[in-house]
Amino acid sequence: MDNSIIRVETLHKSYVNGSNALHVLKGVDLDIRQGEMVSIMGSSGSGKSTLLNIIGILDNYDAGAYYLDGIKIEKMSETRAARFRNKYIGFVFQSFNLISFKNAMENVALPLYYQKVSRKKRNMIALEYLEKLGLREWAHHLPSELSGGQKQRVAIARSLISKPKVILADEPTGALDSVTSTEVMEILKEVNATGISIIIVTHENEIAAQTQRIIRLRDGIIESNEVNHNFSNEVSAGVLLEQR
Amino acid sequence: MFDKDRWQEIFIAIKQNKLRSVLTAFGVFWGIFMLVVMTGSGNGLVNGVTQGTANFASNSAFMWTQNTTKPYKGFRQGRWWNFNNRDMEIIRDQVPGVDVIAPRLQGWDVSQGENVHRGLRSGSFTVNGDYPAYNLIDPSEMIHGRFLNEMDIHLRRKVCIIGERVYEVMFERGEDPVGQYMKVSGVYFQVVGVFRTLNPNIQLGSNKSESIYVPFTTMQQVYNYGDRVHYFGFTAKQGHSVAETAEQVMAVLKNNHSVAPDDKDAIGHFNVEEMVRTMTYLFLGINVLIWIVGIGTLIAGAVGISNIMVVVVKERTKEIGIQRAIGARPWTIVSQVLTESVFLTTIAGFIGLSLGTLVLHGVDTALTHSQAAMPADEQVFFTNPEIGVTMAVASLIILVITGLIAGLIPAQKAVRIKPIEALRHE
Repeated sequence: MDNSIIRVETLHKSYVNGSNALHVLKGVDLDIRQGEMVSIMGSSGSGKSTLLNIIGILDNYDAGAYYLDGIKIEKMSETRAARFRNKYIGFVFQSFNLISFKNAMENVALPLYYQKVSRKKRNMIALEYLEKLGLREWAHHLPSELSGGQKQRVAIARSLISKPKVILADEPTGALDSVTSTEVMEILKEVNATGISIIIVTHENEIAAQTQRIIRLRDGIIESNEVNHNFSNEVSAGVLLEQR
Repeated sequence: MFDKDRWQEIFIAIKQNKLRSVLTAFGVFWGIFMLVVMTGSGNGLVNGVTQGTANFASNSAFMWTQNTTKPYKGFRQGRWWNFNNRDMEIIRDQVPGVDVIAPRLQGWDVSQGENVHRGLRSGSFTVNGDYPAYNLIDPSEMIHGRFLNEMDIHLRRKVCIIGERVYEVMFERGEDPVGQYMKVSGVYFQVVGVFRTLNPNIQLGSNKSESIYVPFTTMQQVYNYGDRVHYFGFTAKQGHSVAETAEQVMAVLKNNHSVAPDDKDAIGHFNVEEMVRTMTYLFLGINVLIWIVGIGTLIAGAVGISNIMVVVVKERTKEIGIQRAIGARPWTIVSQVLTESVFLTTIAGFIGLSLGTLVLHGVDTALTHSQAAMPADEQVFFTNPEIGVTMAVASLIILVITGLIAGLIPAQKAVRIKPIEALRHE
């Protein structure tokens, strides 16, 4: 419990749409430890995106509790939420979400801009991260000039630059072919190896199979939460598939 | 201050939608342009009018006799009467509010036909009998010689001062007129000066540049006016209102001449102070109108900017969402939108200001040229259309405020964008 980075207790969330209330999360308990790589699976409508949004402080919850690095995250001002996001969480999206008119380096440096790091310094740091991800020579290219895999690597660099505790990846490989998917997963694993927790939302079993723990959500409750003993084992992917 | 990332976004936004940006900015441009041109024109009107009247004593009034309209003390109504020298003495004695008093004779009967001769030259000019004090009410500057003085009055000298046009007709160009003689309606007068009025836009009975002023006393004697005074002007002392002083003067005059005290039409009068006040209000009214129209146009422009900024924010929903997700504070987004709005407004306004000033300058140049081509005695009521530095600075401040206000609603909209909704936006 001591090294838990994300702790969620009986979390409830419903969306009110006119007179109908849609109960999306119906008491979710979750505990993710520092350095863990976890995948959250579930069909559409299972509440996995909502859970991710709450964990990412992009949305708030109705009942329960959420602790991020031991700090209780409650309804807070947008300014505070922005600071938390900036400090603790890195986002990786399915559609990359790079700013189209900024080049790779500027995109990577953006979180530091919000921390008021000087332009020269943040661009230098951004170049270092691009270097690590093998995109040094693409630093001055616009996102439109990069391939999907390259874009996602830029996005990962951007999520890493603020040295977050957790990376939230929403279908990080959803828009990529299998080869680049593998590439991106390798990178994420490398990142995880440095001690950063990673939560991947996915519906692809091959992706989930590469994580340490697989959490399955169904209709707003956790259906199963099992440790993947065959972590990083290609064969187990097939086994898991059969189990389902 | 200069934040490259912020400006990069603004320039990209403007560059990507050149036509839209230009059309939007045009509203504000036109507002400021109108404001500048109209204010400048208003100033031109004020300058034009005041330039021709500014030196006239604003605390003065003029009076003349008219037919009585009421029977009084045995006199019938409709009686014709005249002021005389004694009236002037009594006014000086009895009305403490009067500062200077300048009785005048308007020589209608000696100004008929070709009344002025000098050698082979002749002309038709108005003759006025004047006191030196007249120069304190309706000042002139002397091009040659001197104005009439007390000795001229006292000794009833046959001297005269002449208007510019009189000099042009009766003398050679460049000739020194002082000491020369002219025959005015059969009597020789020595010219002692040439005057140029400082108030060409105020005319009392005749064109001043075509007038000859002779000493009042001389005129009474030479042309047989007895002790008559045709009309007179006076100024009120400091602290006395012209209207009140005029009432007192009229009471004295009516008493002297057995005119009914309540006969309002027996004395005609013209109160310059009131005229000036009326003019002041008129100019104020014009200015208020200009500002209402100008600001109104500007507001229309600002609404345009505001409108387009809402569209810009909507277009950038996703970007704003991304920025929020990776740690942009609401204030970062607000200041971004406000900066863009103020930038667009200020640039457009600055162009409007420059172009407006340029147009005013063009008009000014054209006016100066056309004035040079006009006859000298033509009256001008429009000169120096211009706007001052204060006005320019004021309009720039107005622009920035307009930009801020125009950006307010879009900025609020931008802040209300929830990162999740923005990211869902595909």
